[in-house]
Amino acid sequence: MDSHKGVLVCGEIAEGKLAPITIELLGAGRKLANDLGEELSTLLMGSKTGSLGQEAIAYGADKVYVAEDNLLDHYNSDAYTQVAADLCRKVLPSIMLLGHTDVGCDLAPRLNGRLGGGLAMDCLELSVDPATKLMASTRPVFGGNAHARMVSKSARPQMATVRPKTVPAAERNDSRQGQVIPVEGKIDPSALKVTVVERIKEAVEGVKLEDAEVVVSGGRGIGNAQNWEMVKELARALGAAVGATRPACDEGWAPVTLQVGQSGKVVNPKLYIAVGLSGAMSHIAGCLGSKVIVAINKDKEANIFSVAHFGIVADFKEVLPALTTKFKELLSK
Amino acid sequence: MNTIVCVKQVLDPEIPPAKFKIDPEAKQVIPPPGVPPVISVYDERAVEAACRLKDKHKGKITVISMGSAKASDVIKHAISMGADDGFVLQDPAFENLDSFGTAYVLGKAIQKIGGYDLVLCGRQAADWGAGQVGSILAEILGLPVITLACDVQAVDKKVRVKRMVNDGYEVVEAPMPSLVTVSSEIGLPRLPGGMGLMMARKKQIPVWKAQDIGAETSQLDKANAHTEITALSVPTRKTECEIVTGGTPGEAASNLASKLIKLL
Repeated sequence: MDSHKGVLVCGEIAEGKLAPITIELLGAGRKLANDLGEELSTLLMGSKTGSLGQEAIAYGADKVYVAEDNLLDHYNSDAYTQVAADLCRKVLPSIMLLGHTDVGCDLAPRLNGRLGGGLAMDCLELSVDPATKLMASTRPVFGGNAHARMVSKSARPQMATVRPKTVPAAERNDSRQGQVIPVEGKIDPSALKVTVVERIKEAVEGVKLEDAEVVVSGGRGIGNAQNWEMVKELARALGAAVGATRPACDEGWAPVTLQVGQSGKVVNPKLYIAVGLSGAMSHIAGCLGSKVIVAINKDKEANIFSVAHFGIVADFKEVLPALTTKFKELLSK
Repeated sequence: MNTIVCVKQVLDPEIPPAKFKIDPEAKQVIPPPGVPPVISVYDERAVEAACRLKDKHKGKITVISMGSAKASDVIKHAISMGADDGFVLQDPAFENLDSFGTAYVLGKAIQKIGGYDLVLCGRQAADWGAGQVGSILAEILGLPVITLACDVQAVDKKVRVKRMVNDGYEVVEAPMPSLVTVSSEIGLPRLPGGMGLMMARKKQIPVWKAQDIGAETSQLDKANAHTEITALSVPTRKTECEIVTGGTPGEAASNLASKLIKLL
């Protein structure tokens, strides 16, 4: 166990740049490494990493392991698992951090299964216990109704996936020094069992839910597809993304890709406007990270008011048109 | 083709938050009285995926669930949807296992059942929500794994899966046997039919203990757990909701917009 040292961040490259989550992980990882008095390293995988290694150093990494291979051009579960697992066996990190993204959600449990460490998923907070030097990870459970603190006493590496936009990003300092180390060794193609047949980029109408600064969500209370247009109208006026509860998706008013909640997407916008939804815990789990929550509901006892910062108790049909008009007016100024 | 589906019985995630209680000492959730536990959302979708494959290709669906004796309810639910057989994995040694321990037990049961082309799991459980068991299970069984499936097809002895990625989706293929974790984007699960309900009522669900599946107690020893929960708490939320009013709902809306515009 003592042979494991340092913090390793498993980086992600998105469109030739370090993904935002990677810069956040470098921020969180730097702090853990400092608390332990150990090194922070990063693994970058891709077909061409260019100057990204140097950039990761500017964001706080002491060492950057760079694995370049055409097979790593896009995320490939088998290839990435192989490269990351091999590196972990060499570097023996005490802590390994990944993003709670589609990549991290696939990669982390596989690495965990292969390496035998201890993994906590979807963490909101990480710290090092000063006495035991163990990492404690806090993660939401039961749809955010509770928080669990997890520790891996002896299993190594201690792994965590971190929810995007929950930890502060590292600050860039181009004068920082570090080492870029190419990862040797070829990928064993016989271990690539899953082949990608095609990749399809889906065009999203308006703003993407996960990236939106403002989200307007509707629930069962919207009543029908025609009323749903009012939700979309408000979203359009605000340049916001549209979200939906599970019942609204089940009704077919919104595609399931717009579902916010425990069994859908988790969003952390500046402003979340919840319309005609009662605020079932399974839904709230997906929007609780929002800076400001606004509830519009005719039932003043609805649970959504218990997590909202602002509310209007009225029928949304009488509120939304005026709200949309007023926002348009204010935003045109 | 033969499919094994792993399902979990969970606290109903749709309960009102006021009914949600924990025991911080035991680091456990106290099940609210009068609220029956349900099949985990994603696991039900995994059963649905298995049923769709059976509709097309025939074969057998076997469902396993690790949990209490009452877990036979979720197996019966799966049978009412179209599954053929099921087993409950119950043993004091299986209680409060971490994801690794859970995957180990499921793996042993799957090896005992054998003869499968596909193992399906939900992408994560609706209670502890780790989203790890499927992938660890695949690593233990040495199976190719595909996560976050929104469509599962069998084509020429291969499994072809449409899976969700951040900016769209990808279609991937793997030789069978494989393990696939299923996401809610696959669509609504079917409602149990009259025939299925009758089948489910009649079906005896055997219970397998550690020794029945050859699970070694050393692997289940809590002292060797990979992860441990050191605290469970209910987060405090100190939000004061400011109710915005006006002469009419429209006026209230206008006032609200003026307040919110400062945030944009």
